[in-house]
Amino acid sequence: MCDIKITIIDREGVSHEVDAPTDMNMNVMELVRAYELAPEGTIGICGGMAMCASCQCYVINDVGLPEKNDDEDAMLWEAFNVKDNSRLGCQIHITPELDGLVVELAPEA
Amino acid sequence: MIETDILIIGAGPTGLFAVFEAGLLKLRCHIIDGLPQPGGQLTELYPKKPIFDIPGYPSVGAAELIDNLMEQIKQFEPGFTLNEVAETIDKLEDGSFVVTTNKGTKHHAKAVAIAGGLGSFEPRKPQLENLGYYEDKGVEYFVKNPELFRDKKIVIAGGGDSALDWSIFLSDVAADVTLVHRRNEFRGALDSVEKVQDLKHQGKIKMITPGEITAIHGTDHVSGVTISDGVTDQLIPCDYYIPLFGLTPKLGPIANWGLDIEKNAIKVNNALDYQTNIEGIYAIGDVNTYPGKLKLILCGFHEATLMCQSVYNRINPGKKYVLKYTTVSGIDGFDGSRKEAEKPVVKAID
Repeated sequence: MCDIKITIIDREGVSHEVDAPTDMNMNVMELVRAYELAPEGTIGICGGMAMCASCQCYVINDVGLPEKNDDEDAMLWEAFNVKDNSRLGCQIHITPELDGLVVELAPEA
Repeated sequence: MIETDILIIGAGPTGLFAVFEAGLLKLRCHIIDGLPQPGGQLTELYPKKPIFDIPGYPSVGAAELIDNLMEQIKQFEPGFTLNEVAETIDKLEDGSFVVTTNKGTKHHAKAVAIAGGLGSFEPRKPQLENLGYYEDKGVEYFVKNPELFRDKKIVIAGGGDSALDWSIFLSDVAADVTLVHRRNEFRGALDSVEKVQDLKHQGKIKMITPGEITAIHGTDHVSGVTISDGVTDQLIPCDYYIPLFGLTPKLGPIANWGLDIEKNAIKVNNALDYQTNIEGIYAIGDVNTYPGKLKLILCGFHEATLMCQSVYNRINPGKKYVLKYTTVSGIDGFDGSRKEAEKPVVKAID
């Protein structure tokens, strides 16, 4: 078993603790889509290239996420509703170290 | 009025390939797209990214795939209405359709295939009070007609390619260009970043970083903007404010056409021909949904092919046809060209 627990707070404020596979090369944006926690077409619009910020989320319980890369950082500087704890879900790859992560989806912009 | 057999809405890979399959059945196509160039997401969002799951191509650049599709459909002479968004649809008594764009261009077609992907691209708008009031009164989201900006004072906001490219372009046209971004680092092609740096040093582009527009001023037209660095505000007089924060796709006017919509996509009959709940209107590619739907280019190609067969039967009831293979039959273009396999010779060997 290589699932971990990740908690997603959706755009209506409802909290969902979900099982996240660590062996399928998935990221947090894809996890949200897989569990249908945001309507299709409102998240992951660019497919996960850090080019649209539709998967922006606020990290509530930072379990030690890797640093942002340049692309993610640049996109967040162009996005709206950005806070200090903003990240792009598509750039957070699901690894065993992320067990217990809690993120809140940013409003649709 | 533009006349065609199949009116395709969306010039992405699925819409373009539909032209090819329609052409094999002697059906003519016309394509409407809101962007100024064909290709949809591929050319607008990620032209240089490689795609690895197109059958037969171990790797193909997104823009290259579109170039190839344009070459592949050339002999079927598709018409294009670009830079216009399909807005309304009317079904006539004979079952044909009239589709009108936001600019009033009318298209008459025997069938309509919506290949709209994620929707039409609309600008992402900054959250500013009165922004809507100033639209077309000094707030512009696109540089469609550069002459509008001749000898004017312009403020451009954004940190990506379009903010860089339009700053460069307009520095030759406008009286004054100010580029505003929340930080001093920009994401774009290296030569664009370097060019802006040169123009800044030559005094042709003013830069305000970190900076963010927090208010727009003017009575009947924009006369200036307030730019804040988080601590102090400054009022910059200008004639135009151009926020360039990228584009986001929205289903747009199609959502009001009476089609069954589920999950921001159009429900279709996938057991048969990808027709929607309105007879004669089809939806193919990323814009449709059905049980098991996958948003993949290769699935869009398949859906386009089945749609064309269905349209053929709709337009030519009772007219017999069997699927042909291009290797056997070749391709007869509407432009008079013919492509075919080289014929073997029958010749004695001495």
